[in-house]
Amino acid sequence: MDNTIHTLQDFMLHTESNTYILMGVYLVCMVGFWKFLTQKDEEQD
Amino acid sequence: MSEQKNSPAQGMTAAALGFMRDDNEKFSPLALLTGVILLVGTILTILRFTQGLGAVTNLTDTHPWGMWIGFDLMCGVALAAGGYTTSAACYLFGMKKYHSAVRPAILTAFLGYAMVVVSLLYDVGRPDRLILAYPFVVQQGTTSLLFEVGLCVLLYLTVLFLEFTPIPLEWLGFRKARNIAVKLTLTLTILGVVLSTLHQSSLGALFLIAPSKLHPLWYSPYLAVFFFVSSIAAGLSMVIFEGSLSHKTLHHRMGRAYLEEHPPLILGYAKAASLVLFGYFMVKVVGITAGDNWHLLPTPYGVWFLIELLGFVALPCFMFAMGSRNKDPGLIKFSAVLTVIGIVLNRLNISMIAFNWHLPLDERYIPSWMEIALSIYMVTCLILVFRFIVTRMPVFDEHPDFKEHHE
Amino acid sequence: MSISRRKFLGLMGAAGLATSLSADRAHAASTKEFTGHPDSFGVLHDITRCVGCRSCEEACNTVNKLQKPAKPYTDETVLNKKRRVTPTEYTVVNKSVKEGGPVFWKTQCNHCLEPACASVCFVNAFQKLPNGAVVYDASVCVGCRYCMMACPFEVPTYEYDDPYTPEVVKCTLCAPRLEKGLLPGCVESCPTESLIFGKRDDLLKIARARIEKYPERYVDHIYGEHEMGGTSWLYLSGVPFKDIGMREDLGNKPAPALTSGALHVIPMVVALWPVFLAGMYGMAKRRDKIATEEKAKAIAIAVEKTENKAAETLSRAMEKAKKEKENILKRVERAKEKAAKNTLSQNSETKNGEDA
Repeated sequence: MDNTIHTLQDFMLHTESNTYILMGVYLVCMVGFWKFLTQKDEEQD
Repeated sequence: MSEQKNSPAQGMTAAALGFMRDDNEKFSPLALLTGVILLVGTILTILRFTQGLGAVTNLTDTHPWGMWIGFDLMCGVALAAGGYTTSAACYLFGMKKYHSAVRPAILTAFLGYAMVVVSLLYDVGRPDRLILAYPFVVQQGTTSLLFEVGLCVLLYLTVLFLEFTPIPLEWLGFRKARNIAVKLTLTLTILGVVLSTLHQSSLGALFLIAPSKLHPLWYSPYLAVFFFVSSIAAGLSMVIFEGSLSHKTLHHRMGRAYLEEHPPLILGYAKAASLVLFGYFMVKVVGITAGDNWHLLPTPYGVWFLIELLGFVALPCFMFAMGSRNKDPGLIKFSAVLTVIGIVLNRLNISMIAFNWHLPLDERYIPSWMEIALSIYMVTCLILVFRFIVTRMPVFDEHPDFKEHHE
Repeated sequence: MSISRRKFLGLMGAAGLATSLSADRAHAASTKEFTGHPDSFGVLHDITRCVGCRSCEEACNTVNKLQKPAKPYTDETVLNKKRRVTPTEYTVVNKSVKEGGPVFWKTQCNHCLEPACASVCFVNAFQKLPNGAVVYDASVCVGCRYCMMACPFEVPTYEYDDPYTPEVVKCTLCAPRLEKGLLPGCVESCPTESLIFGKRDDLLKIARARIEKYPERYVDHIYGEHEMGGTSWLYLSGVPFKDIGMREDLGNKPAPALTSGALHVIPMVVALWPVFLAGMYGMAKRRDKIATEEKAKAIAIAVEKTENKAAETLSRAMEKAKKEKENILKRVERAKEKAAKNTLSQNSETKNGEDA
């Protein structure tokens, strides 16, 4: 089957879907990273 | 606490607020009005879900979005922006003196978004598929800004619910669960601001797809920015407006902290709203000049645009400034009402009045009385639920067992 | 909280992966310029040849098994009113009386190369097929009607009167017939060859040739060649298109390009807003901490000052007391000495007296 993307619409559907996954992963990582970043501050306080 | 008497001049909103008072046993005209609204709304609800959209709405193929999108969704979301602005000010920007305003704002936002979702169930053709979250579960149209709006509204409703949970948990006395919920405050607040930024702006971006249908004075590549910035002004104004409304009818439920912090909060919010409107005015003008639409101003639509821009952006901006300079709560409240009307006007302009402006008048959309009645029904229900919660749960006052939380 | 978020990500992950994993596809060009499906089909509608017989409407009604209209297709009075497509009429013919006589033209879905309806649909119910048809999948449609808001040609219609299972309705380019190798119903029935079916590229050549050959007969514009990024339906006309209600101010931008800017801002907000907000929070917290520390310091200094003062006063008082004590002692000493002297002199006097 021909897998080439021929329309801007299909291309954006492909990239946007990936972007949404990326955003979800990022937000979870952000929480973890913030914890890592500030963990020792809180221990000292 | 002393009892308060409702004066007839307090208007419909206050009327509905008064209806659910726990001490109100009497049969007042206001209660009658509320009852009529609820009755008519219930009948129309049955009509909508048994006879279809065609039976209750004036929607057409050229005007597929009407009152329930233009008012319930667009205005509902914008006016519920007080939730994220207030919690951001308090928890992120260090304005701790606004702490007592966070709960009423969160509650309003939560109920506002809940109302939006319920309204959408009325508006879409297949509400069953919306409940089953088809766009997220079955097939994802990620290129659609509506996908983004839907996802954000769904997530934000969850965030607001979690932010709201300490209130009923304190009421019920579930200390452990409540403490866990309180611990999430920072994460939830940041997530709430991110989600709000996204969907507030995307509501404007929904119209980017239709440059040929929306009047050029309102259509702009900056639509997303317009919607986001104006939502901040709307949120701040709603907190002021709603605070003063609640003051009239719910004074006896307000704790010392709220009553003490409210007057300085109004001044601070007025200053902030004034500044935001100042910036909003600028971006709107940039919108005109970027599209080179100056020549459209001396047309009927141009005059209407100027009324919105000067009367409901520039004027309240100036009045907010005067009010905060002179510490005049009356003027501030008036400006808040003006700003709220201005935001409603803007959303209605974009979704209904300046949309399909190229069509002849007889092909234009005018909402049916039933659509308007159902919108009023939604707002009434929201106020009743708000009233129910604040008269019972610790919203405007602190729960005596949980005071240590407030520093 | 963490549960609901994980759930959401699970959903999102499953969601996105479904599309992205299947998309092990190459791009048409590395420049990300898209020209549409190659060799896709289209229809050329030569408006100058249309006689308003409504055969196309009838054929459309038949092949799509739609509800029969109240007035027969031979009744030409229906043309006196401007009409649009409806849930029971995928296509309509309109009439406009111009100087050179009446002009008839057919309306239906134009089957955009980059459909606005597909771009805005949040369940991805619309698809541009490689054969050129834009088709709609009613089984996922939620009925938000954003497609109708977005369509620049105002084509999709809605079954507002169906209370339980309303659908969006529009022309399918007879995609099911195309699969069987049949022509679209309207094209097949057209008696004047006002409708020609073929590969879009070929149709464009035919259209250009006609304009070149009969410049006095056609306006020099193939409607649909560039409108909204191009459509599979192409039109030739003898009168300016805008005079018969076909908008020429739509622009040539494909629909997805209108929203791509806003869509591309979203991940930036998601990435940078939490950074900014957490930063603001950190700064506010730090400010608080410094304020508390400074307060404590100020108090300590004040306390120390008071203490020093008190100590000074005390030591001064003690010194004073000591001096006073010394003075007293001195005075006592002196008094003692004086007393001793007195005793001594008295003694000697007594002595002297005894001697005398």
